[in-house]
Amino acid sequence: MKQFFDVIVIGGGHAGCEAAAAAARTGARTALVTKALSDLGVMSCNPAIGGLGKGQLVREIDALDGLMARAADYAGMQFRVLNRSRGPAARGPRAQIDRKLYAEAIPALLNKVAHLSVIEAMVGDVTLVGDRVAGVLLEDGRRLECSALVVTAGTFLRGVIHIGQERIPAGRADEAASNALGHAFERLGLPMGRLKTGTPARLDGKTIDYARLEPQPGDSEPEPFSYLTDSVARVQRDCYITRTTLETHAAIREGLADSPLFSGAITGRGPRYCPSIEDKVTRFGDRNGHQIFLEPEGFDSDTVYPNGISTSLSPETQRRFIQTIPGLEECTIQRYGYAIEYDYFDPRSLFPTLESKRIEGLFFAGQVNGTTGYEEAGAQGLLAGVNAARRAAGVAPAIIKRSDGFVGVMIDDLVTRGVSEPYRMFSSRAEYRLSLRADNADLRLTPVGSALGCVSHERMRRFEDRRAKIAEIEVQTRTLVATPNEANAAGIAVNADGVRRSAFDLLSRPDVSFDHLLRIWPGLSAVPSDIRLQVETNAKYAVYLDRQTRDIESYARAFDAALPDALDYGAIPGLSNEARLKLSEARPATLAHAYRLEGVTPATMTILAAYVKRKAAAE
Amino acid sequence: MRPPGDTATIYALATPAGRSAVAVVRISGSQTRALIEQLTGHAAPPPRRAALRVLRSLDGVEIDQGLVTYFPAPHSYTGEDCAEFGLHGGRAVIAAMVQALSSGGLARQAEPGEFTQRAFLAGKLDLTQAEGIADLIDSETEYQRRQALRVVGGGLSARLGDWRNGLISLSAALEAQLDFSDEGDVGDAALGELIRDCNELASAIQAEVAKGARSRRMREGFTVVIAGPPNAGKSSLYNALIGREAAIVSDVPGTTRDLLSARLDFNGALITLIDSAGQRPSADPIERIGVGRAKAAVESADLVLWLNAPGLSEPGPAGSLAIWSKSDLQPPPAGGGMPISVATGDGLQALENAVHAAAVAATGDGSDGLLIRERHEAALRACVDSIEQAREQIAVGRYELAAEDLRSALHALGRLAGRVDVEDVLGEIFGRFCIGK
Repeated sequence: MKQFFDVIVIGGGHAGCEAAAAAARTGARTALVTKALSDLGVMSCNPAIGGLGKGQLVREIDALDGLMARAADYAGMQFRVLNRSRGPAARGPRAQIDRKLYAEAIPALLNKVAHLSVIEAMVGDVTLVGDRVAGVLLEDGRRLECSALVVTAGTFLRGVIHIGQERIPAGRADEAASNALGHAFERLGLPMGRLKTGTPARLDGKTIDYARLEPQPGDSEPEPFSYLTDSVARVQRDCYITRTTLETHAAIREGLADSPLFSGAITGRGPRYCPSIEDKVTRFGDRNGHQIFLEPEGFDSDTVYPNGISTSLSPETQRRFIQTIPGLEECTIQRYGYAIEYDYFDPRSLFPTLESKRIEGLFFAGQVNGTTGYEEAGAQGLLAGVNAARRAAGVAPAIIKRSDGFVGVMIDDLVTRGVSEPYRMFSSRAEYRLSLRADNADLRLTPVGSALGCVSHERMRRFEDRRAKIAEIEVQTRTLVATPNEANAAGIAVNADGVRRSAFDLLSRPDVSFDHLLRIWPGLSAVPSDIRLQVETNAKYAVYLDRQTRDIESYARAFDAALPDALDYGAIPGLSNEARLKLSEARPATLAHAYRLEGVTPATMTILAAYVKRKAAAE
Repeated sequence: MRPPGDTATIYALATPAGRSAVAVVRISGSQTRALIEQLTGHAAPPPRRAALRVLRSLDGVEIDQGLVTYFPAPHSYTGEDCAEFGLHGGRAVIAAMVQALSSGGLARQAEPGEFTQRAFLAGKLDLTQAEGIADLIDSETEYQRRQALRVVGGGLSARLGDWRNGLISLSAALEAQLDFSDEGDVGDAALGELIRDCNELASAIQAEVAKGARSRRMREGFTVVIAGPPNAGKSSLYNALIGREAAIVSDVPGTTRDLLSARLDFNGALITLIDSAGQRPSADPIERIGVGRAKAAVESADLVLWLNAPGLSEPGPAGSLAIWSKSDLQPPPAGGGMPISVATGDGLQALENAVHAAAVAATGDGSDGLLIRERHEAALRACVDSIEQAREQIAVGRYELAAEDLRSALHALGRLAGRVDVEDVLGEIFGRFCIGK
């Protein structure tokens, strides 16, 4: 029996669900193949979504009408905007998530998407016609045909779990690794590498002595992720903070002998920004403690996720060191922590659409590309889904530029620089951070999504309202003017120079907030807080944003020149052999991509730029 | 200027054209070995060892006997295969050699700066070093040579590298606050420390910028104008200092009309010496133009030597060095200035010493300045501005804005070492080289 789809997505994790939903939203007949329906919306690591850098990604997924933000708003237990005391460009919304509610929300959202079928099956093989994807062969013998295939295999490709000296082939705890699929991809000969990540033990919350610990409450006015969510419905829960002690460190040092990290059993590279507790103790031995956040996994779950002590030490050592931590002395461990090693595909073999350069119609998204995090996976999934649908429909690819979104920064980083450790989004990776904020993701991307056909009418309508309101208030603040006397009377210190200043000008001062303006212009008090934030940020960042706009334009002039995919680098005189090899392998799409390749020198850039200029002149 | 990326094998005479004891012809490119074989009838000598060979043209006619040194890639000036031929420096020998190199079709004449351009493209030099080489070739005096050599040796590159590291570490401190403030183990950055680091970096760069004007003046020369009333002996002094009769000297006041100038090496300092018309009211329209020029020269001079002589006592402009000329006829009155006599040579050495001291005070002796181009100063000034802006933002807690300012500061440094905007500066730099360097 054969069935045909425009797009098939393998994997039902965060990347897979966003990919399938996005492809179907644009009208592609889409199938999501997952090995278990119960996998949809599973959060395999920490029970939280968002954070610094990541919160921006969640808002961008939402701006493109993805699922994650809405599911998180439904399942959120504690909402906090991190870096609230810093400027808007530094802030990242984050929420603790009830796992069960999240796993309810995702299938429910998928259910509402037209043109989407969810199929429960294991994929045994990928079928090709020449260098083009043709479909998949399921282990139950069914054959599905497609024009484009999105692979979101997470850590399941030849995953190996390490706990102490024990090694268990697996994708996640208690789940089989996808070895058949791994071997199938191996036959395709795509460049692969190996990475490592880890997770902490899970604790029984009933056995934690919270009375001794410092609570960490959420924001008093929880701010939802999605532009479609008006307010957070549920009562919020606290997290708690504790610390490792010198005794903890001693227990860990004693147990290092059976650590797979230090015995050499693990060869994959782990993330520097998320070291295991044994790494922290070994590398920062002089510290007398490391902070641990005790995060509840659900409103009615006793399981607690101790964020900060990921480990692959032996169960015996894990028990010993956890019991030295204040509040956890009597604590019961529900499941031990582990490290997992897995294969990833070198993302440098992908186009900026996340399509394989080698095999037409084959897309990769999520952890399989060497990233870490639900948000990174979801954002890639969404773009891969949209592009898979566009490939199937034969229309031009969709690429989000670095200047338009964190998702653009991430995909550009992945396909040009590859990864040497699991890739996580940081705001510092974005050179245009000031304009890529969590608070304006919709302004940047919803129109883009609308043009791509992946944004609902309802969202578009709300967006248009908001955009119009922002524009209206900005015009108003530029028109309202105050004399120095009026300003000073309102507590805004300005020189008595007789110059009338606009509300917008006053707002651009670091010490003036929108509330100050209300003292002069009470009429502005009706302006909702999200609109105030936009206007105030535009005013405060004005000088920098203007400069950034100029930078973006001049960069585009210099670097947006396309390098044809069929370009023969061997035929460009003057390139060193090393540069030729690198460029031929990477096949950068533009000069900008070439510039960010590792080892590409200014000299190489000069030659490429000269070549492109000559070529353009000749044509 | 050829577009970068042209890899034809090139040759050029590396020593000045004309008669000399030895002339060196240099070649670079993939045909280097083939050319050595064609010219010598032998395989290339072992790398970097001079070998004595008979050089012949394509039709077998002997050109000269000379030393051949082969520098295989990548250990050569340009990073390509290179060779040097040391020949006897006769015009006919050189002409025959050039003819032999071009007639086989294996190589073409190099364009100005092409060897250095290739060295830059091969990553052998950064932009500031390439600029240093241009200066080294152009240097006329010991101090200029010293300054250029320090830049060629990577003196500026090293300094830029230090500042870059300082900026990167400062950026890292801020970015940690922005990206990792939610992690318990990243403490708050000490505000005072961040501000102190900004200040230290800014003042280190500022100190170098402050020396920039001196460095540039050294390259351009320290301008000394001889001025004063007519018939004070200005042209005689001018001739004495340059060591030849360049200016017409007569007893007739107003003999010198136009400005005369000469470039002199005063113990390592480059001096541009200017002789000007005697300053007096005149009915002669041509002399009036000359006096106007003299006044303008005095205005823009680094140092004015104001001459008076027996029977003359006009005060010079503020800051000028008063000279009492013709001291053999009559010693100076009190405050009449430094006595000199061109006729006897008395006082000339003391005057030269005084001019040298003034030049060194203004331009240095090449042992500390590194900013040899205006673009260096401009980029570093932009860098300092950005760091100071960052400091202001840090002080009010706007780390995300401070981080942008530091990004701009890094960008400014990058422009100097040739990381960005390379295209704009390349042409100007390489166009200034003489053939063969």
